[in-house]
Amino acid sequence: MAITGLLPDFLVTKLDYLANLTRKHSLWPMPFATACCGIELMATASSRYDIARFGSEAMRFSPRQCDLMIVAGRVVMKMVPVMQRIWLQMPEPKWCISMGACASSGGVFDAYATVQGIDRFIPVDVYVPGCPPRPEQLIRAVLDIQEKIQRTGTIDAREFAARSSYEGPTSLAREIGPEEAIVAPGDFTTATRLRSLKMTNDPPMTRQ
Amino acid sequence: MAAYLDTLTARFPGAFTTSEFRGDRRVIVAADKAPAVLLGLLRCLKEECGFDFLCDVAGVDYLNYPGAADRYGVVYALTNTTTGGRVFVKAFANDPDPVLPSAVPLWQGADWLEREVYDMYGVRFDGHPDLRRILMPSEFTAYPLRKDYPLRGLGERHNFPTITRAES
Amino acid sequence: MPLEVLPQIDEAGADQEFLYTLNFGPQHPATHTTLRLILTLDGETIVKAVPDIGYLHSGFEKLGEDLDFNQYVTIVDRMNYISPFANEVSWHHAVEKLIGIELTPRCKYLRTILAELARISDHLLCVGAAALDLGALTAFLYAFNEREKVYNIMESAAGQRFHPSFTRVGGLMNDIGGDVVDQIRNFIRTFPKAHADVVRLLNRNRIFVDRTKGIGVLSKADAINTGCSGPVARASGVVRDLRKDEPYLAYPDLQGAFKVVCATGGDCYSRYLVRMEEMIESLNIIKAAVENLPAGPVNVALNDKLTIPDKTATYRSIEGLIQHFELFMWNRQWEPPVEEVYGATETANGELGFYVVSDGHGRAWRARTRPPSFIHFAVFPMLMEGHQISDVPAILGSLNIIAAELDR
Repeated sequence: MAITGLLPDFLVTKLDYLANLTRKHSLWPMPFATACCGIELMATASSRYDIARFGSEAMRFSPRQCDLMIVAGRVVMKMVPVMQRIWLQMPEPKWCISMGACASSGGVFDAYATVQGIDRFIPVDVYVPGCPPRPEQLIRAVLDIQEKIQRTGTIDAREFAARSSYEGPTSLAREIGPEEAIVAPGDFTTATRLRSLKMTNDPPMTRQ
Repeated sequence: MAAYLDTLTARFPGAFTTSEFRGDRRVIVAADKAPAVLLGLLRCLKEECGFDFLCDVAGVDYLNYPGAADRYGVVYALTNTTTGGRVFVKAFANDPDPVLPSAVPLWQGADWLEREVYDMYGVRFDGHPDLRRILMPSEFTAYPLRKDYPLRGLGERHNFPTITRAES
Repeated sequence: MPLEVLPQIDEAGADQEFLYTLNFGPQHPATHTTLRLILTLDGETIVKAVPDIGYLHSGFEKLGEDLDFNQYVTIVDRMNYISPFANEVSWHHAVEKLIGIELTPRCKYLRTILAELARISDHLLCVGAAALDLGALTAFLYAFNEREKVYNIMESAAGQRFHPSFTRVGGLMNDIGGDVVDQIRNFIRTFPKAHADVVRLLNRNRIFVDRTKGIGVLSKADAINTGCSGPVARASGVVRDLRKDEPYLAYPDLQGAFKVVCATGGDCYSRYLVRMEEMIESLNIIKAAVENLPAGPVNVALNDKLTIPDKTATYRSIEGLIQHFELFMWNRQWEPPVEEVYGATETANGELGFYVVSDGHGRAWRARTRPPSFIHFAVFPMLMEGHQISDVPAILGSLNIIAAELDR
């Protein structure tokens, strides 16, 4: 009796382990390279640092073939809908590395157009500090992702379904209320371009 | 005094003033004269004085600048590719409708440069073939490099939907 | 070979049904970063190309009005991020012209050497990435290997391999040591072989030549009319190089060491050749400058109250302490004249200029950049008409569009 109760549990754990093992050693990065960090990403892939040693050299620029998005460089207002759309186009299971200070927090670009951290808009698994991070740091981040997959991964993606709440910096998520904002909002579902989205009841402020 | 300044003075008497700082000669056209004079002046510089290279078009907002009379300045940096000489033509415009003639008929390269000035300052260029925003999204409603627009914006940069991990 | 450019199409007319629209970018491998093109195609031939930029606009020039002359150098670094040091030189060239600073000879030479190294690394990436887009991965790997050596030199000199942020108003962050000079000498010795390897890989490579020769021809008149500068203009026969025409830094002393590289073809292959030859000229400049590197201080004298004193002076002398305090208090700092000035240098991409307007304080009222990438990308639709879709990467690669400099 006891064996029939234990056996399914035992098998599920082993399947998770197997799935994690295969997933973590064949990460295909999707280089979402926007700025300087993209050059360091190229350096990581080229001869001296050679990310192929860790099984992640198969960079594919089509999001539908990839399972690891590396956001390298700052993301600005016009680019956020693009980034969200590409993230949604990637098949499950997928992970995200926020490479560099700009992608993680806005970095030195605390100005009107730059997003202060991509984690406000898409879920991020590993942050890499540095401006730009050295290739060694990026390789470390890939290893961290592998460890995370091995530790938390499940074959039916339960761990993703559990992350249903906003993971960004809550205290800073909205700096000013919508009533004060002059609105240029974006919607990733419609187009590459931003489209008006009614956030307030007030009409948008007219051109100055 | 350079020869091209004599030519300009003869052609456009009283339309401009000049100044010089560290070898940069400036031809300054005030806001009340600029719409009528600017294009002719640039054409004269290009076709008669040899300044055939439009190096840059820079917008400047002189709101509360010490000693400034007009608000928006647009600086045309011209270069003579034969002699290497430079001259800076500075034209002014004012609210509520800052407008200047476009230099696109003279230099094709002025196209994007003027669009950028329009995008950042809202200075319109009359006769420009395609005056749209170039760097900011077309839905953006402010002119970000004006001095009365705050550095960190008015919240536009965070006005996007959030995707959580479970729904992606 | 380019096809005849089609006549302007009646948008609403019957011709329209032959055409279709292709969106290219902003996330596309051949665009390197964040460029977007909207192509109108007739079969595979491009009838019209409309670039849409601004996908990396992050408010550099607004930040330039908020940060002081020394702080803004970190932002300027990130402008053309494949040759950061050249941007720093350009920014402080404009600021020093505004304040009226004459640099020390050693500083001039050091800036020249490092800026030329930056030019080499820029051209290497441009050539390597252009080759990569056309299917030649090996040249890219060779080029990147040399770039790593330049990174090492920058790291030894400034402490950061990618964005050194090394220049300061009136000097440099610190002097360089003998080990850096040795590294530079070593680079001078080894680089020609790597350069020759890339030349052997590409110059007579049938695929590479076929895909670049006669593609994207820019005539000399168009190059001047559209404001092109740097290798793009020189490949079209415009003999204009600020290092010769308006010599700055140590270039007046080094006029004999280098030649201006020009071509007349104006196509992608000419631009490639100009870049390859400029690397050799840059190496000659570095060679001459390293051998004649003057001794002495790198910063202008402490009494001028312009440069940040070093740590010893700050902690051990009252003058150093006061000056340090003055330069870091936001309401004191420098006192430039209430004037405006345009300073330009020749960077790898072309004439990078800064139009600095000052209101008499330590930060600029307006820090306008003249971005060569922006001006070169405006030419792109003109170059593109009549070519095939497969020529887009070739032309983009040869123009060396850097999105951060394009959008700022």
